[in-house]
Parts: sequence; structure tokens; C-alpha cells
Amino acid sequence: MHTKVIKSIDVESVRKQFPILGITVHNKPLVYLDNAATTQKPLSVIDSMDKFYREYNSNIHRGVHKLSQLSTSKYEKSRQTIQGFIKAAEPEEIIFTKGTTESINLVAYSYGLMNLSTNDEILISHMEHHANIVPWQILCQKTGAVLKVIPINDDGELIMEEFYKLLSPKTKIVSIVHISNSLGTINPIKEIIDAAHAVDAVVLIDAAQSVHHASINVQELNPDFLVFSGHKVYGPTGIGVLYGKRAILESMPPYQTGGDMIKSVSFERTIFQDLPQKFEAGTTNIAGAIGLAKSLEFIDSLGIENIASYEATLLNYATEKLSTIEQLKIIGTAAHKSAVFSFVLDCAHPHDIGTLLDMEGVAVRTGQHCTEPLMKRFGVPATTRASFAVYNTYEEIDVLYNSVLKVIKLFS
Amino acid sequence: MSEINELYQQVILDHNKNPRNFGVMDDATNTAEGHNPLCGDQIDVYAKVENGKILEIKFKGAGCAISKASASIMTTLIVGKTVAEAKGLFDDFINIVTADLSDKCDTLELGKLAVFCGVREYPARVKCASLAWHTMMKAIQKSELDNAPVSTEDMEITI
Ligand SMILES: Cc1ncc(COP(=O)(O)O)c(C=O)c1O
Repeated sequence: MHTKVIKSIDVESVRKQFPILGITVHNKPLVYLDNAATTQKPLSVIDSMDKFYREYNSNIHRGVHKLSQLSTSKYEKSRQTIQGFIKAAEPEEIIFTKGTTESINLVAYSYGLMNLSTNDEILISHMEHHANIVPWQILCQKTGAVLKVIPINDDGELIMEEFYKLLSPKTKIVSIVHISNSLGTINPIKEIIDAAHAVDAVVLIDAAQSVHHASINVQELNPDFLVFSGHKVYGPTGIGVLYGKRAILESMPPYQTGGDMIKSVSFERTIFQDLPQKFEAGTTNIAGAIGLAKSLEFIDSLGIENIASYEATLLNYATEKLSTIEQLKIIGTAAHKSAVFSFVLDCAHPHDIGTLLDMEGVAVRTGQHCTEPLMKRFGVPATTRASFAVYNTYEEIDVLYNSVLKVIKLFS
Repeated sequence: MSEINELYQQVILDHNKNPRNFGVMDDATNTAEGHNPLCGDQIDVYAKVENGKILEIKFKGAGCAISKASASIMTTLIVGKTVAEAKGLFDDFINIVTADLSDKCDTLELGKLAVFCGVREYPARVKCASLAWHTMMKAIQKSELDNAPVSTEDMEITI
């Protein structure tokens, strides 16, 4: 690996780019620590979408008129920006979807239904988001395939020995989260991908929590599919990405059918478009694609290594500071961990903590984080999760700390 | 934290810490199970109902302070009441946490239920407060055949 010089982040100038960070909640300055649920959006993203609707809104791939050409070219340029960001070989390997959930469903239905049959196996892990569990369960019901689950240890790390035991020539799909949204665990996906390929399984990486925290090069990493959502990477909601290797995408039938994805239709027969249109039926989220490209440019402008290194210092600071609270137990203590801080308190339920923190202006997520099996694994009904982004500060972690102390005082 | 004190009143904190009528009842005539899938709150309500009267009521479960205190206070209000009276209290309670009764909240008319007036300001918490009440209704109205657990997602609560 090449070594990069880590530059420090000028957090004040970053914050100025996010209008929402200036608001107050319950008369307290907003401390937004719910970034794993969705990130806030910089002005460049908001403005790019505003400009689309104000200045050249029109449908893509359809009109010969000026505006349609402009929006088509912006949409396709956005695809190239995404291709560049994850270092895909070709823009046609980037499919726009609604988000991570739709991307996984697309693969499960299109690839899965075509390729799986009775007694084939699909391998996921115990820390998956429901979006990376349920589509596979349904696929199993439809095909007779079997879902296998890689267990995790008490720190919230995959037990790799068990992974190797579960992996076999029966394994047809391995679908794994890169960074866990509930625990922050960074999984050894390169090792998993290589091992899965050795038994000829295809691999999907759920990168919903990782493309904005870790540099990804799909050609080096070599997954067959990689998926993420715009709204978690400083971009808009309703847009996401399915990356897939060209040969595999070409072999797959369309997921949805209709306009924009066909070459010709007669009542007898339809010829589908080539990639990527084959998987983009109907009018897509054009403004979303444009905004998503801008959000990735925002990340590039700071440098993803710099972002990752700054977030690591935030996580360390939070871990050191909040660990001093005796009643507090951290859920997720993996050696390799990203900017997620999940915890429980002896004296207070996460729901009460969430409401009380909200009164202090602190936005956190409380609940099961769409990972119910994981909560059961740790024997907790739910957790409180603070998750950090590049615009968070040490002072905000101090506010979190003081607010947690107030909760403890109220409940003891 | 003045607004907070409206939600987390001393009475609620006390019932959370020392819940009344907490535990399993072995000789219950009516039981029901309640579940809030959004946050994992879970409750079992046990009642001894004879001739339309609730002689004893208990609950057990894991949940937030609001849900636990609400369950505890519910049991203290329901015990000794008839099924019809319990239904009346249930309606009052649901009104308090969902409809605007702010004028009534300042009077003593609502009795013990008045501590829940603050909940209405926190739509995300209405289900926490009402889980025990829905489960109680399910228990006391239930015939032997009807054993499906109640879920807050089936409830018709207008927030
Ligand atoms: C790891 C992971 N996978 C999948 C998803 C689902 O993403 P979306 O709701 O944007 O489709 C999320 C979002 O919570 C996530 O964190």
C-alpha cells in the first residue's frame, strides 16, 4: 500500500459548508451524532440539486432538446464521478438505484433467482443490517437455498475460523457488511472476498457505512458487487449505487422493466438496453444522481484518508472520555473500528437516554438499528448509538459526555 | 431541564425504580403479551378476573422508564375495577397521551393519570406509554382462544 500524508481537517471551515449545523434544537445548539443513520448535506450538494431544478430540469435519454441533453450529460457525468470514486473499470458498471436496500434486492432477485437452487448456500454474518438479511431469506424461500450465518465474538468481530468452516463449494453467494452500522466493526473484506472466490462464490459488499470512511478501490478489492446509499455519504436520499462487474451484470436479467431500459418493444418481443440502462427502468432520480456526485466530490476535496484519520481521533476521544463513566458499557469493541460509538447504561433504557439527550440538542439513534439478531447476540434490547462524521468536534463529544452524566443523575 | 421534568416527573421516576405489582402471577385467569417492535419493549400482563371484576393484576417485562412507570401506575389504577371501568380508564389514558387535554392537565380531574400529560409532547414516546394499557385491555377482554400477542404496530393510535 502507498503511504499518504495525513492532513488535518479544518473542522470550522468544514462546518460552514453545512447550513443545518447552525440550527438550535430545544434552544440548544444542534449536536448531530446520528451520522450512521444519515449524514447532513453540504451546500455544494444542495446547490447542485437546486440548480438542476431551477435551470435545466428535464428527462434524460429522451429528448433532442437542449435541456434534455444537458441533464443527460450531467447524469452520465455523475456516473463517471462515482466510477472514479470507487475506481471501477468502467462507468457501465455503476447502476443507479434508490439505495443500499434496493441494490441488494436487485442482486438477490436478478442474480439470485437465476443462479441459485436447492441446497446452495448463501453466507451472511451475525452483524448484518436487515437489508442484508431479508432479501436473502426470501431468495432462500423461493429457491430452496440455505442461509448460513458467520458468528461473531463478544467484541463484535467476525469469527474467521467459523467463516472458513462455513465456506464450501455449496456456497454460492457471500454477502457481508464492510463496516457494521451498529458496532463500527471494520470487517476483513479482502480476505473474505479472496476466500469466497476460491470456492467460486460471488461476493456482495454492503458498503453503506464505509465508502465515506474508508478508501475503496473495487478493482483491487475485487468484490463482484458493492452497494451503498447516497444519503449516508453527505448526498441526497433516494439515490444509491450498485457496482457490479460487467460480465456478471451482463449475464443478469433485468430487475424491473419498462421505459428507458429497452431498445425496442413490440407486442411479441422486447430487446433490452445494454448496461447500465438495463437496470435503470423508468425515470430515475436525476437530481439525486447529480447531488450524489457532488457529495463524493466533497469527500475528495477533503481527502478520504484525512477524513478517516480525523474521525478516528474523534472516536478515540469519545471512547476514552465516556469509558470513564462507570455505568456505561460499550457495545462493539472490535480492534478495527470506525466512527460508531454504541453503548448501554445500567440505569437507563436507550429510549429514555435518547429523549433526554435530545433535550440537550444531542441527536443520537436509539433502538435496534435494524440489526435485531445482533442485539439479541449481545443480550440487550437496544443501544444508544453516537456516530461521527467529518464535521463533528471534540466539544460536541464533551456535550454528549455531560448529557450522559445528566441522564445518570436523573435515574439514580 | 424544565421540559424534561414534565416528562420525567418524580412519580414516573419512582414507579420506574420501584414498579408496583411487578412479577409473574401463576394463577392468572387472563394474560396477554405486548411488544413494541420499534424499540424492543416487551411486557406480559397477568390478571385475575372474576364476575367481571379485576381482583388482581401484575406485569413483567423490559422497557424504558416511560413504559415501565406507565405499566406500574396502570396496575395500581386497574386493580379492583370492573372490566367496564377499566375500559373507561383506558380511554381516558389514550386521550391524555394523544389528544389535547392541556386544560384538564392543569386540574386534578385526571388524578394519577395527569403525570402522563407530558407524553403528548413527545410523539416518539406515545407508544412506550400506551403499550401496557393496550396489553391490559387485550388481557381482560380476551377469551381463551385468542392468544396472539399485541404489537404497537397493530394499534390504532393517532399521533
Ligand atoms: C450497513 C447498512 N446496510 C444497509 C443499510 C440500508 O440502507 P438504506 O436504508 O439507505 O437502503 C444501512 C442503513 O441503515 C446500513 O447501515
